[in-house]
Amino acid sequence: MELARTIRSMPFTAMLGIVVIAVYAVVAIFAPLLAPYGEAEIVGAQFEPWGGAFLVGTDNLGRDMLSRLIWGARNTVGVALMTTVLAFLIGSIAGLLAAARRGWVDMILSRIVDILMAVPSLIFTLLALSALGPGVMNLIVVVAIMDSTRVFRLVRATAMNVMVMDYVEAAKLRGEGTWWIIRREVLPNITAPLIAEFGLRFCFAFLTISALSFLGLGLPPPLADWGGMVRDNASLISFGDTTPLLPAACIAVLTVAVNFVVDWLLHRASGLKD
Amino acid sequence: MTEPRKRHPLGRMIVQRLAIGVFTLFIISVLVFLAVSLLPGDIAQQILGQSATPETVAAMRRDLGLDQPLITRYFHWIGGVLQGDFGKSLANGRPVADLLATRLPNTLFLAAYAAVIAVPLSVLLGLLSAMWRGSWFDRGVNTLSLTAISFPEFFIAYILMYWLSVQWGWFPSMADPGSNPSLMDLVQKAFLPAMTLVLVVSAHMLRMTRAAVVNVLGAPYIAMARLKGVSKWRIITRHALPNALAPIINVIALNVAWLITGVVIVEVVFVYPGLGQLMVDSVTNRDMPVVQACALIFAAVYICINILADVLAIATNPRLLHPR
Repeated sequence: MELARTIRSMPFTAMLGIVVIAVYAVVAIFAPLLAPYGEAEIVGAQFEPWGGAFLVGTDNLGRDMLSRLIWGARNTVGVALMTTVLAFLIGSIAGLLAAARRGWVDMILSRIVDILMAVPSLIFTLLALSALGPGVMNLIVVVAIMDSTRVFRLVRATAMNVMVMDYVEAAKLRGEGTWWIIRREVLPNITAPLIAEFGLRFCFAFLTISALSFLGLGLPPPLADWGGMVRDNASLISFGDTTPLLPAACIAVLTVAVNFVVDWLLHRASGLKD
Repeated sequence: MTEPRKRHPLGRMIVQRLAIGVFTLFIISVLVFLAVSLLPGDIAQQILGQSATPETVAAMRRDLGLDQPLITRYFHWIGGVLQGDFGKSLANGRPVADLLATRLPNTLFLAAYAAVIAVPLSVLLGLLSAMWRGSWFDRGVNTLSLTAISFPEFFIAYILMYWLSVQWGWFPSMADPGSNPSLMDLVQKAFLPAMTLVLVVSAHMLRMTRAAVVNVLGAPYIAMARLKGVSKWRIITRHALPNALAPIINVIALNVAWLITGVVIVEVVFVYPGLGQLMVDSVTNRDMPVVQACALIFAAVYICINILADVLAIATNPRLLHPR
């Protein structure tokens, strides 16, 4: 009944966060069933008002806003999730390698990360995207590399602490290889902080990709994507129409939910009880 | 400070930081320069279009110095940059320096406007919530700042625009300062973009300030002062704050990163003619000389502010000021 106790001790905000994340996941997975119209299907006139056949109206090209919001859950969150996973792969492999090998491997990797972190990541991202050109793959890779710097720092620091433990020394003396030690001794001991970090990195990737889409440099056009939808319909704001705030709110609510859960995880991990 | 001391470590540490900063700037400039060499395709071909004859392309390459080796080109480019020559825009052929001359002051004004409000506000709020840790005030500030961090910058911007401008008509929604505006005019017109930046930056800054102060308050010498019966305000002002100053200065410098990110987006939302908007437009058009110039300026400003913060943090550290 460990689980039941954990759930009961959860603060309200964390509970709310988990429920919201679950709802987003369901919407993203079942988007084709839930959306009344297709993603890029033009079904009405431009900027139709709320109500009637279109619950929250149509967008600048006459596509159903609600359907695009639902499809957006799949595209925007999906791309952000892929980016975060890639960032974790790069960051933790490099971090573990640096912690296990030390010496010049650690030197070189750490200096590269220092350089990447010496400049606001959006500036590097814009520079890289203008050099490489637009495209989903470029977007994912560039944002993932910028995002992986933080993962690297965390993994390296936590793994360093584990590497000096006696049981690692014992494994080394037994003649186990680097990867065996990383897999069996280091990884199980650093997963707790990594889970919280995954949430934070996801928020960063999600907000960065949304911002880039909003700037017109993110997911390519016919795809429904929340940041791009804000951009497409932004002119409505000056006419007192709140429709463009909807996709922005979709982004905000998910990030708030993830942050609430992460905040609780970090609070629990730090051993502070109130 | 006037009495002679044997081997003061302060000066050496400051010189060290400056050297690291200059080296970082150099590496960044190399990266910014290489971004163009990464470009698939030939810039000369791009400028002239597909119909150009091989002879004109070759002439253009010679004109642009593309036939020179990479290292020569780098030093040629950086030499120009140091003299204020950033090359010509590919989009309209105007010198990049001219574009920057009108855009950079606008952006600096907006950033300074936001910083002047955000820094005192967030340091105060962070300090208070660290002092009253676990109170309702602390929890309220924590939840609010967590929410503000989670909001995309453009969401905050459009919410402010919707209510303060469209619904209530207090402030203009488009922030074009026009030519030769008075200071009051600028303050009024840039209010919404500045407010957006304040909300974004303060949230990050106050959370980090709180963490830094909480960290200092946990130190043994604070417990010692408390046990001696020193009053609460004296503990904060005489014992905690001098030691928390260095981390707080670093927090402020780190948050310039959020300010720069925010500036880029906020300028696009409010159609504010600054460097961020110029950079986004140039990335869209792949106008590389302009992108390079903007990236270099943003990076240089950020690095310089961080060097300054490092030096200030060293200079105000009580432990370093009184070496044993």
